[in-house]
Amino acid sequence: MEKFLKSKSAGFILPFIATIALFVLWELIVILFKIPPFNLPAPSDIFQAMINFAPQLTVNAFRTLWTTMLGFVLAVGVGVILGFLIGYSKVAYLTLYPLLVAFNTIPKAAIVPLLAIWFGANAIPATLTAFLLAFFPIAVNVALGLDTVEPEMKDVLRSLGASQLETFQKVGWPHSLPYIFASLKIAASFAFIGTVISESVASNAGLGYLIVQATSSFDIPLAFAALLILALMGTLLYVFFVFVEKKVIYWAR
Amino acid sequence: MVQPLVDSTTPEPAASAGQPLLEFDQVGLEYPFEGSMRQIIQSVDLSIQPGEFVSFVGPSGCGKTSILRMVSGLNPAPIGEVRCRGQRISKPLKNVGIAFQNPVMLPWRNTLSNVMLPLEIVSPYKQEMHRKKAEFVHMAQDLLSTVRLQDFQKQYPWQLSGGMRQRASLCRALIHQPEILLLDEPFGALDAFTREEMWVMLQALWMRVKCVGILITHDLREAVFLSDKVYVMSSRPSTIIYETRIDLPRPRTLEMELSDEFNHYFSTIRRHIQH
Ligand SMILES: Nc1ncnc2c1ncn2[C@@H]1O[C@H](COP(=O)(O)OP(=O)(O)O)[C@@H](O)[C@H]1O
Ligand SMILES: [Mg+2]
Repeated sequence: MEKFLKSKSAGFILPFIATIALFVLWELIVILFKIPPFNLPAPSDIFQAMINFAPQLTVNAFRTLWTTMLGFVLAVGVGVILGFLIGYSKVAYLTLYPLLVAFNTIPKAAIVPLLAIWFGANAIPATLTAFLLAFFPIAVNVALGLDTVEPEMKDVLRSLGASQLETFQKVGWPHSLPYIFASLKIAASFAFIGTVISESVASNAGLGYLIVQATSSFDIPLAFAALLILALMGTLLYVFFVFVEKKVIYWAR
Repeated sequence: MVQPLVDSTTPEPAASAGQPLLEFDQVGLEYPFEGSMRQIIQSVDLSIQPGEFVSFVGPSGCGKTSILRMVSGLNPAPIGEVRCRGQRISKPLKNVGIAFQNPVMLPWRNTLSNVMLPLEIVSPYKQEMHRKKAEFVHMAQDLLSTVRLQDFQKQYPWQLSGGMRQRASLCRALIHQPEILLLDEPFGALDAFTREEMWVMLQALWMRVKCVGILITHDLREAVFLSDKVYVMSSRPSTIIYETRIDLPRPRTLEMELSDEFNHYFSTIRRHIQH
């Protein structure tokens, strides 16, 4: 057992078994208490819905995926640049940081209707909401990564006459990478949340849109199928980052 | 521009005579403390010749680290001035080698690549990095074998002991042939045996590069062993209360520690330390 827990496969096998067990339990509860499908559909109903609505689900899932990824990529770019500015420039830190914090406290769901008015009910509000939710943790973590470089290391570089850009390249950036990856994992799920919020308020497609449509026509199994696919995509993205992190940050054992 | 590492057969630069490399002129330091200014250092005057190795010893908190930071220009002297070749030091000097008690290394680089870091930043090496890569690698390997790390080039910092990391960081401090090597209690965290080994290796490294060395230490034997000159600082507000030239031949060996001459230097300095 001890040996199994230490092995790599344990990290996949255990959650897999837990998921199956959860589904089985769920199925049993639904059957046992005779819960009607429009309250809580059994997993079997959900899978059935997945098969029945496969084309619809696929199209909307792709829509959600690419809007999320686009927003996420934007967030990474802007987040890294902002983090670099905040981390290295006192002026930027003093001016930008309070604004960012203030902005971050605004519930993004409140902005979506505005975005819809400006850009229409399409993919743009979804992309922007994903971006708005995801860039903040990235910016903060890049700044944090730059700030936590050992003071001795900063002194070594300064006394070599390193420029700020060189310091970033040689030390700040690699030092920030573990922080960035920690934030990417959070930001990825934030981006999904942003997209779905926006899609459920103002959109013409996407899983969020599909869920709203399905629930309003009491097609609860379909809504759950969409939810499940969302969870799956979020998890896959997370696993992807864990994988890339292991490759990139080879020094952090 | 890149000179090969000077080997130990070249004649020593004439100490004492000629233009000093570094001059302290009425250097002082104060910090605000409870509404008024508290004097930390008052009126330090001294000069350091090219190729000289000097140590500063004194009670903790007397401003030794501050003196190093004034020389490096990381924190220029607020009162009086420190001059390098007659120029007032008012911003970080380039081309200085530094090592601290904490031998910071970049965890994503192996030993060799950590040692070569300064060559990627300091001119003219930086511009020649592509063309002379092989030569530079050789320079780094040379230094690493001086501190007996030749078999650990490909190792990462976490695979090295504290002493090994400190040796690597000394190599990094010297690879770009700095004019000034600044050492702030570099061996303070090491055990006594490792420390003595480090003295020998540091001396070997320094004798190859022949730069000015400034060592902060609380180990008086270390100061005597390594230095041409030892400065003793008083407690706060501090100034230099004693200085002595150490006229032991180089290269010095650990056996010399047992000699009467060595112990005479040691006990004289010891008598001047206040607590
Ligand atoms: N940034 C600072 N603000 C206030 N006091 C300081 C600061 N830096 C150092 N000091 C004071 O200056 C004195 C000398 O510090 P330092 O040079 O580190 O001493 P040493 O290295 O000899 O132990 C200490 O007493 C410390 O309290
Ligand atoms: Mg100190």
